[in-house]
Amino acid sequence: MTEIAWQQKDLLSIADLSAAEIQLVLDTASSFREVSARPVKKVPTLRGKTVINLFFEPSTRTRSSFEIAEKRLSADSLNFSASSSGLVKGESLVDTALNLQAMAPDLIVIRHGHPGVPRMLAERVSAGVINAGDGAWGHPTQALLDAFTIREEKGKLEGLKVAMVGDIAHSRVVRSNIELLNTMGAEVTVAGPRTMMPVAVETLGVRAVYSLEEAIRGADVVMMLRVQLERHKKVMFPSVREYFQLFGLTRERLRSAKRDAIVMHPGPMNRGVEIASDVADGSRSVILEQVANGVAVRMAVLYLLSGARQEAGA
Amino acid sequence: MTLLIRNGRVVDPSQALDETLDVLIQDGVVKRLAAAIKPPGKAEVVDATDLVVAPGLIDMHVHLREPGFEYKETVESGTRAAAAGGFTAVACMPNTRPVNDNRSVTEHIVGEAERHGYARVYPIGAVTKGEKGEELAEYGDMVAGGVVALSDDGLPVANSEAMRRALLYSRHYDLAVIQHAEDPTLGPDGVMHEGEFSTRLGLPGLPGAAEDAMVARDLLLVEDNGGRYHVAHLSTARSLELVKLAKDRGLSVTCEVTPHHLLLTDRDVLESGLSTHTKMKPPLRSEADRLALVEGLADGSIDVIASDHAPHHADEKDVEFSLAPFGIVGLETTLALCLDRLVRPGLISLSRLVEVLAVNPARVLGVAGGTLKEGSVADVTLFSLSRQMTVNASRFRSKGRNTPFDGWKLRGRPVSTFIAGRHVVV
Amino acid sequence: MAGKLKLKRKILDAGQMRRVVRRMAGEILELSGGTERLILVGIRTRGVPLAESIADEIEGMEGVRVPVGVLDITLYRDDLSTIAPQPVVKETHFPSDLEGSHVVLCDDVLYTGRTIRAALDALVDFGRPRTVKLAVLVDRGHRELPIQADVVGKKVPTSAAEVVEVRFKVTDGGNLVVIMELVEEA
Repeated sequence: MTEIAWQQKDLLSIADLSAAEIQLVLDTASSFREVSARPVKKVPTLRGKTVINLFFEPSTRTRSSFEIAEKRLSADSLNFSASSSGLVKGESLVDTALNLQAMAPDLIVIRHGHPGVPRMLAERVSAGVINAGDGAWGHPTQALLDAFTIREEKGKLEGLKVAMVGDIAHSRVVRSNIELLNTMGAEVTVAGPRTMMPVAVETLGVRAVYSLEEAIRGADVVMMLRVQLERHKKVMFPSVREYFQLFGLTRERLRSAKRDAIVMHPGPMNRGVEIASDVADGSRSVILEQVANGVAVRMAVLYLLSGARQEAGA
Repeated sequence: MTLLIRNGRVVDPSQALDETLDVLIQDGVVKRLAAAIKPPGKAEVVDATDLVVAPGLIDMHVHLREPGFEYKETVESGTRAAAAGGFTAVACMPNTRPVNDNRSVTEHIVGEAERHGYARVYPIGAVTKGEKGEELAEYGDMVAGGVVALSDDGLPVANSEAMRRALLYSRHYDLAVIQHAEDPTLGPDGVMHEGEFSTRLGLPGLPGAAEDAMVARDLLLVEDNGGRYHVAHLSTARSLELVKLAKDRGLSVTCEVTPHHLLLTDRDVLESGLSTHTKMKPPLRSEADRLALVEGLADGSIDVIASDHAPHHADEKDVEFSLAPFGIVGLETTLALCLDRLVRPGLISLSRLVEVLAVNPARVLGVAGGTLKEGSVADVTLFSLSRQMTVNASRFRSKGRNTPFDGWKLRGRPVSTFIAGRHVVV
Repeated sequence: MAGKLKLKRKILDAGQMRRVVRRMAGEILELSGGTERLILVGIRTRGVPLAESIADEIEGMEGVRVPVGVLDITLYRDDLSTIAPQPVVKETHFPSDLEGSHVVLCDDVLYTGRTIRAALDALVDFGRPRTVKLAVLVDRGHRELPIQADVVGKKVPTSAAEVVEVRFKVTDGGNLVVIMELVEEA
């Protein structure tokens, strides 16, 4: 058990966390997972605290995961999304921040299309800010829940071989996961079409390969990434059929991974594009566990940040 | 009117001069350079002991924003900033509203500059009407109004046929065509240099090849069609290679670099925490590019340092990095940065600095100045190599405070400027 | 807080502690009318070894192992907003269904009563016991809530400057109850 105290006001990027802090989040999440298994799935911990979920980009999954986590901790939460809120429309980010500050929330969960926005916000509000995805830069709670899931399945992170396959260039999940896995001593290989691989990718601290088989050979964990069809179909690869032929995970191909390798996907999945249905639903898939663990990890983050804020404000 | 600048270190590469001399100025013209000149009876005397006396510095790439964007900068505020930064002249880009593609806009700018008198302003006219990259603007008429060079800066002349015609037609007036070299179809959504740091930040990149490809194309067009071609804010090692190659082949090609491309890199985008003051075009490049530019400056293959002074309102810059406009201000930091970060560590000589800030810009633009030869116009800049300054954006004369250099402590700074022998008071 | 804790006096040694726990076990059996549907629930951290010790004694008397649950009350504390950083959250688990059971909450020291208040809140989120009783090794007074123990190992009058420390073999390497006093640093 880790014996360090959480001191950060915000969770903006995995790069801001030490290995011990990551460990603390994961350990705390372990305890919170038990809460979701109780007959009354609710604890009074954040009673009287206000959490604002500020989503400038549509996201069903991450937002509902945060909402459930907030409700299970008895926080008062409210949602602003770009489509439904005049607050956000046509208003500068600085004004949005000032408005939020005036509402005196305790925590703000923010998803934004532009990288760095959560940090801009954090500098301007006294509330703790949780980055729920900013552009293609980071998605720290996703990385934490992935790490939590891997640790549950494999008992550790250190020394594991993790393969991430798909659109490496535009994935925020990839960046946060690489940072976390590198910090915790796992070995990461990324693979994808060359048109979806960022320049100088190895400077992220990964091995880059251009074939699915090579990426997953001997892997303990195979993480498939969502192909954003609406975004890339035209330019990045010629057709879905061809993508699946090159980089789709099939049961056949999974054989080159370790026998006990697990298959992950941050969702939402495109069945038959990046992953075959029988793999997604197969015995090695932990995709639904990721979803369940997401709630526990977010509860842990909300809990830890709600305490640190007091000190920051004191 | 007579002025004697006494006992200064006169650095004038146009006549290979670097020694302590007095400069006698009469009726706006340099009358005599000599040691221990006896001041004529009614001469005003300026003591330049421990100061450098240089031909008036010329920033050949600034945006004064007038007409159309007076909330960002005006001719008045921009020329005051120039004077405060040690410049006696600036050349302003035509991407105003309306675009400076006709004589009436040119005359407005010139008129404003003369009215305020802080610095000479040489308007640069648009290459194409409305900077749309299609039809040529009326060069002759603009020249009559005061235009000294051509550019569509802010945008490239992307259309090859338009560029070819511009090179050909500009020859009638011996005007330099200044290219903002960027292939807009490569990395169309880019907001920073494409490389390690764009990858780490997950930001869409602007590849160096977008600049290189445009420079290469233009050089081929210059070889076939002639014309004087000048690369604005050159930023990559490879573009510099291409320029060197063209010079070796005898083409009439020159190029400029900015202080920020000489001093900062794409790493600063990350390390500033995505400060929008690290966002400009061309973007801050890699360390390898930066080193190549410093080397090119030292070996003479780079002709000019220009600031690309691009003021924006604070509200425009205080937004998401991806949404912020490109550009930073530079008039009030360029000289001090160059003195402290280039001359003081010995990367370039003082005389080389005066060459790229005064002599060569005058030559590229074909304007008076850039020399203190007897008989030439008495535009003079005095600066100190030892006095220190801390960059304080909130005290800029420019309306723009968008600088990545705020808070930098620099040794060496401008002291005063003289236009045609008249001391400029800011 | 400028000061440090110094040993003031010993309340119970290992032998005395064992006898007290044995008596508590007897009282619990008497109160509950046997081991039927009896669950001992230790409040983390030192309520847990107390509950285990009581279960051991009951097993010795009755030959029946009473189930022991573990309750972490961190998430139910009413002082979370005044302490920083957040205390570490640990798991809660019960060996059997609480519905209709006779729960005996076990804790090492009863002081303000706030921990027990939180424990009661937590307990009802897991089910509806038929009865809930409270057993503590030391009652040191100074209650801030209307809460009293049903079974008390030892009543110890204390001052607010004193700290009662209960040490168990499993958590602290030895069985001992002491009073520590906060003294100003010289």
